[in-house]
Amino acid sequence: MVSANVRDGARDGAEAGHETDGNGGDVNDRDESSGLTRRALIAGAAAAAGGAITAGATRGLGLQEAQDPTKVPGARPVVVGSRSPHETPEKLLSGSMGGSSRTPLQDLHGIMTPADLHFERHHHGIPQIDPATYRLLIHGMVDRPMLFTLDDLKRFPQVSKLLFIECSGNGGGAYAPSPNPRNTPQSIDGLLSTSEWSGVAISTLFEEVGAHADATWFLAEGSDAAVMGRSIPMEKAWDDAMIAYAQNGEAIRPEQGYPARVFLPGWEGNASVKWVRRIELSDRPGMFRDETSKYTDPLPDGTARQFSFVMDAKSIITNPTYPRRLSEPGFVEISGYAWTGRGLIERVEVSTDGGDSWHDAVLQEPVLPKCTTRFRYGWEWDGGPAHLLSRATDETGYTQPVRQQVLDARGPGTRYHSNAIRGWRVGRDGSIEFAPV
Amino acid sequence: MSRANVVSRLLGVAALLPALAACGAGDSGGGVEAGNASSGAVMVETTDPVDGATGRAGAAQPVYGFGTPATESQIAAWDIDIGPDGAGLPPGQGTVAEGLEVWERHRCILCHGPTGREGPNDIITGRIPGDEFPFANDRSLRSTVGNYWPYATTLFDYTRRAMPFDLPGTMTDEEVYAVVGAMLYFNDLLPADAVVDSAMVVDTRMPARDRFVPDNRTGGPTIR
Ligand code: HEC
Repeated sequence: MVSANVRDGARDGAEAGHETDGNGGDVNDRDESSGLTRRALIAGAAAAAGGAITAGATRGLGLQEAQDPTKVPGARPVVVGSRSPHETPEKLLSGSMGGSSRTPLQDLHGIMTPADLHFERHHHGIPQIDPATYRLLIHGMVDRPMLFTLDDLKRFPQVSKLLFIECSGNGGGAYAPSPNPRNTPQSIDGLLSTSEWSGVAISTLFEEVGAHADATWFLAEGSDAAVMGRSIPMEKAWDDAMIAYAQNGEAIRPEQGYPARVFLPGWEGNASVKWVRRIELSDRPGMFRDETSKYTDPLPDGTARQFSFVMDAKSIITNPTYPRRLSEPGFVEISGYAWTGRGLIERVEVSTDGGDSWHDAVLQEPVLPKCTTRFRYGWEWDGGPAHLLSRATDETGYTQPVRQQVLDARGPGTRYHSNAIRGWRVGRDGSIEFAPV
Repeated sequence: MSRANVVSRLLGVAALLPALAACGAGDSGGGVEAGNASSGAVMVETTDPVDGATGRAGAAQPVYGFGTPATESQIAAWDIDIGPDGAGLPPGQGTVAEGLEVWERHRCILCHGPTGREGPNDIITGRIPGDEFPFANDRSLRSTVGNYWPYATTLFDYTRRAMPFDLPGTMTDEEVYAVVGAMLYFNDLLPADAVVDSAMVVDTRMPARDRFVPDNRTGGPTIR
C-alpha cells in the first residue's frame, strides 16, 4: 500500500475555483480606494496631465478640458468600433497550463457580457480552427452518420436565446475556511457570463441523422489539444441543447469555441464542449476524465456525486463591493446578478444587516429562464457598519443557502457548485470587504 | 427531404414530453417503441441521471437533407474514445518496465515527478489507507489516479488524447499501454513485471470504482 502522501493543497490545483483561495496578487493589482485597475489609473493620470498642460477651453461648467469637443469636428466613422479609452475593463487571469479568465462583473451593467469580456476556462488552450475545413461528425446510435460543415449547420432553422454559462468551479473561493476579504465579484464569481447564443438545436440534428430511440447519452468532443470530452444525457438533447455558432450577434469568439460549440443551457460550463468536432450517440456515458477525476462532488458519506450538471440558484451583489469605498452617507443602489440553471429566478432578497432582516429587490426585466437576472435595491447608508447580502429563490422554490448549509450537505472538502450566500461588509469608513455567510 | 416532416418540425410536433415520444417514433415511421433502453452497460444503473432512454428517435428519412454521409474511415479517424467497458481500446501491449522508460522519455517526469507524487502538475500517485474516500471531509486531500479514478480505461483514454501536455497525442498505442501500466504500478495497482494490454486495462479494479453516485439534487427547498 502506498502511503497517503497526498496532502497539502487542493486536489484540483489546475481548477479555477481553487485559485481564488489565494488571489492576493490579482487583488493587489487594483487600487483599493478607487477600484480602478493600475492600467486605468495610469491612463487617467496621463489624461489629466494632458489637460493641465494644454488647458483647453472650458464649457461653462468650470471644467478643464484638453480640447473643447464642440469646437472641432469629431472623428470619422470606423469599420470596427472600440471602447472609449477611458473605459478599460479587463478579465482577471489565473492558472498557468490550462487556466481561466474571469469576467469583471463589477464593471458591467444590465445582464449582457461583452464578448471580449466573456470568461474563459479551458484545459488545453484555444485551438485555431479554419471554418472552411471545420466539420461536425455525428455518429454512433444513429441511422445516418453525417458530417456537417459550418455552412450546413447555419442552413438549419436557428434557435437563439439569452443564456448564462458558468464554470462549476465558480465561487470555489467562497468555500475556503477563511475567504480572502479582498475578493471582488470578479475574483469570486467571474467564471459567469451571459450572451445571446445562436445556433441549431441539437434535437434538429438528431432528427436529421435518425437518432436511435434507445440511445441514452451523447458523447461530445472538442478539437482542442485535450480533445475535451463529456457525456450528456439524451434528455438534454431533446430539451434545449444546441450547437451554437454565434454569440451576441457575431460569430463565437475563439476563446468561446469558434466556430461551433455545444451549449447546454443552465448546466455546468465544462459540459458545453467548445470547438466541438464529434458527437457520438451511445447507451452509456464515456466516463471521460473531466466527468470522473474532475467535476465530481465528493459527499460526506464517502461517495462522489457524478454528472451534477445543473447550476443551482445563486446571486451576488456586484455593487457596491470591494475595492470600492462609500464616500458619504446617503443613497446607494445595491445591484447584482441572480441566476439559476433550473429556470426562472422568482425572487431576490437583500439584507443590509447581515441577514437579520430581508427586503425584496426589484428584478429588472427581462427575467428569462437560465439567464442572469439583474436585481436592484435602493439603500440609505446611515454611515454605520453594514453587512450586505443577497439571496435568490428560483421557480422550484429553492433558496440560495448559507455557507454552513452547503458544508453540512457536502462537507468542507467541497469545491464545485459553490452557491452559498455571498456578502460584503461595510465599515464606518465606507470600506467594503468580501464576507460571505 | 420529406416535406411533411419539415412541416411537422415547424409546427413543433417534435415535442419534448416523454409522453409524446411515440409521436417522434411515429414520425420516423419506424414504429420505434418508447420506453427504457435495455442497455447492457453495468454503470448506467448507478450513474445515469435520466434512468434510461428517452424513447424518442430521430426521423426515418433526412428532414432537411443538409450535410454529407460520413464514411467508415472518416469516423474511425476521429472516434478515439475508450469506453469504461473497454470499447475502443486498440490492439497492442506494453510492460510496466517500458512504461517507466516512457515516463522519462516523454517527460511525464518533468511535470508529474519521478513517481507521480512530486508534481508540479497534477498528482498521479497516492492511495488512502483502507482505500477510504474522505474527500468531502478533508479539504487538504488531493485526488490521484489511485484514490479517485473509477476506471483505468479513462486513464488510457485521457493519456492518449491529452498527454504529454505540451505534445499531446504523440505517443504510440504501445507507449500509452506501457505508461498507463507505470501509473498503475506507481499506485500499487499492478506489479512491476506486469504486461499491460486491453484486457488488463479493463480488468484492473480501481479503488474508487464504486464511489460514484448520480446527482440527487432536484430543485425545491432541500439543500443537497
Ligand atoms: C509539460 C507538462 C506535462 C507533461 C510533460 C505531462 N503532463 Fe500530464 N498533466 C499536465 C497538466 C498541466 C495536467 C492537468 C491538465 C488539466 O487540468 O486539464 C496533466 C494531467 C495529467 C493526468 C490527469 C490527472 C488527473 O488527476 O486528472 C494524467 C493521468 C497525466 N497528466 C499523465 C501524464 C503522462 C503519462 C505524461 C507523459 C506521457 C504526462 N502527463 C506528461 C502536465 C504535463
